[in-house]
Amino acid sequence: MEVWVQEATFDVGQELNAFAKTAEGSGAVVSFTGITRDIAGGLRHMEIEHYPGMTERALGNIRLEAITRFDLTGARIIHRYGRLAPNEVIMMVLTAAPHRADAFKGAEFLMDYLKSRAPFWKREVTADGAEWVAAKDEDEDALKRW
Amino acid sequence: MDVLYFAWVRERIGLPRERVETEAQTVRALVEELRAREDRYEMAFSDLSALRVAVDQRLTDFDASIAGAREVAFFPPMTGG
Repeated sequence: MEVWVQEATFDVGQELNAFAKTAEGSGAVVSFTGITRDIAGGLRHMEIEHYPGMTERALGNIRLEAITRFDLTGARIIHRYGRLAPNEVIMMVLTAAPHRADAFKGAEFLMDYLKSRAPFWKREVTADGAEWVAAKDEDEDALKRW
Repeated sequence: MDVLYFAWVRERIGLPRERVETEAQTVRALVEELRAREDRYEMAFSDLSALRVAVDQRLTDFDASIAGAREVAFFPPMTGG
């Protein structure tokens, strides 16, 4: 399985090492890690809702598309849902390719697509209450470059 | 078919999923039926440009057919990553 949708946290170093082992001979491994950040100040926690079933399917399709486009030798996506404290790991993408340019591009492609095409919704809870995070136009625009 | 709601759409309608018996052939026709039901549906579906739809777990648009569909889901633009 190369797509994980889970509530539990995970160890970034352990995941990177495990992935790098499977990518032997690839030459390049790139990883991106997303962390919950407190943009406005006062974030108590973040809640991530998702669409079980469609999430795994959408991430699986995005992953296959990245592998085909960039000749990746491997790709893995881990994305959490549920309640997350500030500075917790939210998600990680890993790519492997013979050359670094493809591994970098593949990771960026995965990130751009999972931002606005994977069924996750973030809600920020502060002392003032809870608010759904609005999708950004620039995230939608980012897809146009692919 | 099962109709699912996520994020603030779920909150406005007040439930995460429900069974709907309908003769509607498109997503748009289903939305019109739901809107006519009660205010909470009208509130959730008042601005379709703020909504996304998936039929059988695939993203599509409001003119898509729902003939034979098992599952239709409504939600705001996604915020993954």
